[in-house]
Amino acid sequence: MSDKLPVEEQKKRFNKIADDIIRPITHHGGLQYWVFLLSLILTLFGYAYFIQVKDGLGVTGMHDYTAWGMYIANFVFFVAAALIGMLISAVLGLIGLKWITPITRIAEMIAVAFAMIAGLVIVFDMGRPDRLLNVFIHGRVQSPIIWDLTVVQVYTIISILLLILPLIPDMAIVSKRIPNAPKWEKMIWNFLSLGWIGTPEQYKIIHRSIRVLSILIVPVALMIHTVTSWLFAMTPRIGWDSTVFGPYFVTGAFVTGVAGVIVAMYFFRNNYKLHDYLTDFHFDKMGKLFVLVAMVYMYFNINEFLVPAYKMKAGDNHHIMTLFVGSWAGLFWFAQVFGNILPMFLPIFKYFRKPMPLMLISVLAILGAWIKRYIIVIPGQLHPFLPIQNVPEKFHAYIPTGPEIAITLGTIGMAITIITIFAKIFPVIPIWEVAEKEGIDKEIINE
Amino acid sequence: MSKQKKTRKDFLKSGLLLGAAATTGIGLLSSFKAPEVTSETVKVMTSDGKLVEVEVNKLAEPKIPKGEDLTLSDLQKRGREGIPGKKWVMVIDLSKCRNARKCMEACQHAHHLKPEQHHINVMQMQTAEYTAPFYMPKPCMHCDNTPCTKVCPVDATFKRQDGIVLIDNERCIGCRFCVAACPYSARVFNWSETIDEKENNQDTYDIELNVPQKKGTISKCIFSADRLRREELPYCVSACPNGVYYFGDRNEDAVTNGTTKETVRFSELIEKNGGYTLMPELGTKPSVYYLPPKDRVFEFNEEDKKKLDEEREHHG
Repeated sequence: MSDKLPVEEQKKRFNKIADDIIRPITHHGGLQYWVFLLSLILTLFGYAYFIQVKDGLGVTGMHDYTAWGMYIANFVFFVAAALIGMLISAVLGLIGLKWITPITRIAEMIAVAFAMIAGLVIVFDMGRPDRLLNVFIHGRVQSPIIWDLTVVQVYTIISILLLILPLIPDMAIVSKRIPNAPKWEKMIWNFLSLGWIGTPEQYKIIHRSIRVLSILIVPVALMIHTVTSWLFAMTPRIGWDSTVFGPYFVTGAFVTGVAGVIVAMYFFRNNYKLHDYLTDFHFDKMGKLFVLVAMVYMYFNINEFLVPAYKMKAGDNHHIMTLFVGSWAGLFWFAQVFGNILPMFLPIFKYFRKPMPLMLISVLAILGAWIKRYIIVIPGQLHPFLPIQNVPEKFHAYIPTGPEIAITLGTIGMAITIITIFAKIFPVIPIWEVAEKEGIDKEIINE
Repeated sequence: MSKQKKTRKDFLKSGLLLGAAATTGIGLLSSFKAPEVTSETVKVMTSDGKLVEVEVNKLAEPKIPKGEDLTLSDLQKRGREGIPGKKWVMVIDLSKCRNARKCMEACQHAHHLKPEQHHINVMQMQTAEYTAPFYMPKPCMHCDNTPCTKVCPVDATFKRQDGIVLIDNERCIGCRFCVAACPYSARVFNWSETIDEKENNQDTYDIELNVPQKKGTISKCIFSADRLRREELPYCVSACPNGVYYFGDRNEDAVTNGTTKETVRFSELIEKNGGYTLMPELGTKPSVYYLPPKDRVFEFNEEDKKKLDEEREHHG
């Protein structure tokens, strides 16, 4: 950056960057199929939820001995996925890593989408959603649910700010560069650009605000997943009564989040033709990060399972045996192998840090992460302290039903819909920050 | 116990009469002192501790509201407060339980529960592989350190001053956190349409009976708070044919057997028979005590034993 490029060269470069990144906002190749698929999922969700509201939670596979099922597991997964915004845009940004610049917005879009829907996932799990207001009227500060709702909402707000603040200069750029965009789109851009013209004063404010929010989001992000883990750890139940649940959940969320960002990077790189910005170098770096977070997660996995497995206390013993070698072993080892062991070892080798292999590992890691939440939430409830007796045989197991699966898929569909909308009206890579890094003058960026 | 209670009740009644007298004003009464001494008089104590004699026909019966006349909010208020001065306890004598299940029947009938919903559940227990099996009725433990009420986000389940853990199904949002938190599996949820909803039961919701049951809300053992309000023993306790249950007030140190109606000292009963609570290591401090299944009056059913062995193999 010390050798300044000639102005003409700078302009040429900036035009290329801006055009490349903005193109997907006006070009929609294949979008109709994607929208059709998402509409189908959301319609199915609507129908399933209608049935659930009409007939009650009895339409799910839950019963008195598995009072929390797939929905709560899915909620934990959502909170985990939301955590990535903090890791990528705050922690790595604050410690001064430059390579994350083009990835930050993707991470923030994922964070906002999953954080926004996480609250809804809980509402879909309520037996009386019509009494949602009771939470505000009669809310009790003793209940971890109230803590959780509070921190998730705070996190959502900070994440939204961390998404739209760095968008301000980009909104001005986009608005200028697509003169014939629909009126509503123009209105959004103009509103979100907040009168940005790129004065030194504006730069000062935006950098300072982003920095403050980046610091602020770190404790809040740690809290959302710690408090979510407390929904379980605050009870005396087998499998949940653990003191390492907070960090165990947080580190698990890092693995899920990194995997989510890698998949989104791969998708946007290919579909949005962003090979020049999301390069092999970025995948290589993300692969190394993947190894690091998976190692930390492994440390907590060993603590969480080895310690009780060594003691084999009554209750824990049966729980651990069903997970390790019993009826839950298949899911358990899938989650451990694909959700933790492979991400920890494979990306150590250069080949697996290439975009395609890394993306495949990430997809499996996400699947493993979802199953891991399922494993954390459900089996413990099926091993209560007192035997399950004088109830129908099906109370000994938990088998999710069609409507339950449709509602769960629907919530994932909602989060992906939000990401899709964001990625169609906002540039998925911060134009101004990338351009600045390329050594392009602020005057040219804000011209 | 019943006799003792009666005198206490009478005392309370006169107290209420006195309240009425105090509000109308003793002065007023004295001004009515007619020369002819016709009706009988009764001695009552004023609120400042004076004994006064008043004519019986000058006194009106105080209005004590009956359950049927109370509005929903009155019932909820009364249900939340509980019965002052009481600390209800239950003692379950495992040596007498023969799995008659009359308690379960009476309970399900009173609370309009479905066959798979148990406020009280008679379990077949065997604590270790070579120990003798026994039957163990399991109601809600009405813990003093409650894992369930702590986690409720809306105060729909709560602990009253008399120790009962109650629920308000007009407030419950159906999050089932309490079910997940309870280590005794004492709570049930109305997953689908309830019996009351099927039968279109339009009664005012009685929080101390938890009826009508509502879809999407919790139900659990509430020590038959409605019966205690009427100074009767809980449904399960009265229904037992085998003398398994004792119920009473720990403050009075007296519990009454539901079958024999014999009242004994709670502390003595526990001390002499080695009474204990379930899973004390969890620190929940239950209000339900068990007497060990020693010198059992009835043998454990052979078929139940087989089932228990199978269960251990399948479900651990």
